[in-house]
Amino acid sequence: MAWAKKILRVNLTEGTINIEPLNMEWAQAYLGQRGLASKYLVEEIDPKCDPLGPDNKLIFTTGPLTGTMASTGGRYSVVTKGPLTGAIACSNSGGYLGAELKMAGWDMIIFEGKSPQPVYLYINNDQVELKSADAIWGKSVWDADKTLRASHQDPQIRIACVGRSAEAGCFYAAIINDLHRAAGRSGVGTVMASKHLKALVCRGTKGVGNIKNPMAFMKATEEGKKVLRENAVTGAGLPQFGTQVLMNVINETGALPTKNMQQVQFDGAGKISGEAMHEPRKSDGKPNLTTNAACFGCTIACGRISTIDKGHFSVENKPQYWGNSGGLEYEAAWALGAATGVDDLDALTYANFICNEDGLDPITFGATVAAAMELFEKGAITTQDTGGIEFRFGDAKVLTQSVELVATGEGFGRDLGLGSKRLCEKYGHPELSMSVKGQEFPAYDPRGIQGMGLAYATSNRGACHLRGYTVASEVLGIPEKTDPLVTDGKAGLVKAFQDATAAFDSAGICIFTSFAWSLDDVAPQVDAACEGDWSTERLLELGERVWNMEKEFNLKAGFTRADDNLPARLTTEPAGSGPAEGKVNGLDKMLPEYYIARGWDEQGVPTAETRQRLGLS
Amino acid sequence: MLRALSLEPERCTGCLQCEMACSFENEGVFNPAKSRIKVFAFHEEGRFAPYTCTQCDEAWCMKACPVDAIVINSKTGSKDVLDSVCVGCKVCTIACPFGTINYNSSTGKVIKCDLCGGDPFCAKACPTGAITYVDADSTGMERMRAWAQNSPSAAPNYITPVEKSTQNYQRAQ
Repeated sequence: MAWAKKILRVNLTEGTINIEPLNMEWAQAYLGQRGLASKYLVEEIDPKCDPLGPDNKLIFTTGPLTGTMASTGGRYSVVTKGPLTGAIACSNSGGYLGAELKMAGWDMIIFEGKSPQPVYLYINNDQVELKSADAIWGKSVWDADKTLRASHQDPQIRIACVGRSAEAGCFYAAIINDLHRAAGRSGVGTVMASKHLKALVCRGTKGVGNIKNPMAFMKATEEGKKVLRENAVTGAGLPQFGTQVLMNVINETGALPTKNMQQVQFDGAGKISGEAMHEPRKSDGKPNLTTNAACFGCTIACGRISTIDKGHFSVENKPQYWGNSGGLEYEAAWALGAATGVDDLDALTYANFICNEDGLDPITFGATVAAAMELFEKGAITTQDTGGIEFRFGDAKVLTQSVELVATGEGFGRDLGLGSKRLCEKYGHPELSMSVKGQEFPAYDPRGIQGMGLAYATSNRGACHLRGYTVASEVLGIPEKTDPLVTDGKAGLVKAFQDATAAFDSAGICIFTSFAWSLDDVAPQVDAACEGDWSTERLLELGERVWNMEKEFNLKAGFTRADDNLPARLTTEPAGSGPAEGKVNGLDKMLPEYYIARGWDEQGVPTAETRQRLGLS
Repeated sequence: MLRALSLEPERCTGCLQCEMACSFENEGVFNPAKSRIKVFAFHEEGRFAPYTCTQCDEAWCMKACPVDAIVINSKTGSKDVLDSVCVGCKVCTIACPFGTINYNSSTGKVIKCDLCGGDPFCAKACPTGAITYVDADSTGMERMRAWAQNSPSAAPNYITPVEKSTQNYQRAQ
């Protein structure tokens, strides 16, 4: 079982809260979290609705393994129609909030409508109330957290909150929980603020029971933990360096997008790498990294807890930033660093802190600053547009000023808050936005890792590394090594990764387990926990069903084959250095193969046969 | 040999596997709120600290109990609560200098660590060796106290999983 089998429906317009049973028929077909909440979303909203209007819905959702002893079983997702893209959005986060929501007895919360006044939702097990957010509206996530803790007088509450950036309408605002974990991408935080919903405050003391077969579950989860422990990536590399273990690796692969993807290698990569985070600083002899940390239930513990050098320009006379908080993950370090050409580790850490403090997606933020830098380089924007800031690649002060402006929605921060697509369109150079469906690329250049070009072009939430991480195969050799420079076989590879990932994301566990686990490791855990018989094959088919369902939502929202595309830079401007020198991405060859592998017609529409096979009605 | 739980906060990642193992063993649900062991998070300092009953030799909870509901387990040395005797008066929770005996509102009794009868599940579940069950004379309490008082300068800045023997969850409910 493992599902709480209850959901909350909160109508913000009316101020009403209703309890509904979880649709168990759907749970058997979509499992939980990403899959199940997406099913609710596609059944309940018009795909053409305004993402920031009252007709959009915002779903906080857990999976059946959330809040259990399964390793990494603490995840939740936020599912909605994303304002950055106009596509279906699903942003996944760790920390402790997801498990707390489950412990309170809820699988999911569906927020509808728009509150006339700023509110937050307070959950204490069965006690659920909408409360006035007057005291926290206009505050950063970190300040709101302090205020909420003081007013509730309960040190055990878990909080998810949006910052000032979301209130100001930044298109890529994140929802931050536990101060530095984020449902980060696609602007899910912007949707939350558009509903005048500032925070979710949760305390759950009921626990998670209802495990179908407890003995089998403890055995299966223990075996899963053993696999994670004995794997070189999850047992050693990730605890030691976090995802930042990748910075030097990807740079050497010639796939580290640099200066708005004008180059594929960054001279300063070593200075912003996971290794550099261990190096003692000159000023106080302490390294950037204080310790690694786990999210709820996680036996990997890849999280970074860091400090900024007190003597660094970004935190001079700002003691509030001298303590520890969530440090740089690879994607953030890349976006804030390589993408902008900034190689100042403290500046990156500061920018990352501010992204957490005021709820920003650091990938889209960094990539948008990079686009602004290229616009400035080309003369398309000037200091008159930017409020006097010279947007030069490599300037750490531009990075730190920019993040402060976007965090509060002031000055040129308004333009930067548009995201790169809208920004580049506004200033007449749409070709300079490194994005798909309006969402910016993460940290892998598809000229050096061919499969990622296809993964980006076809990702249902816009460019993303978490929808089909073929880097695992093409660079790390997981589950088997493929050549990153060829397109052959990548259509099938991308599909396999996309489907498996959708299954992981529907279970309540972290996708990083997939460095060590295949669905063969996940199936026994789900099977022991949940009603029904759960095999690898069933999970894989479920993943494919979820993928097709998301795709159909996007088709109905108005996306076409033309949107399964890459910026011309990546298919016409060859990589200038490294192993991929002279290569462009071969999307034109891979995409038709992919549509065939998916059982879609040449326009990328699932055929009647495919829909029937997957039970999509 | 009498054994005791040894807690090494510098090895704790805050994953709460111990809290889940404890609550599952004792309550049959995954529920940190019902765990006898707690992990405290110190955000600004970037540290986590697991904490539970130290099984004091001179157990104040036991002395304070007006109905003698807390007794010494001769096998493990733990101080165990007899549910059939406990009246839920909470005096022991006040007497305990460490706050590691707590009232459980759903049963009306107090709960505390009983070392799982000599096979503590928290230690088995801890992925990093922050919680171990060792010779009671070598738990390193002095070192822990020093760590608690001073910022740890010698602590490693990352924690990796440790080898575990194959675990036996025969007693799981």
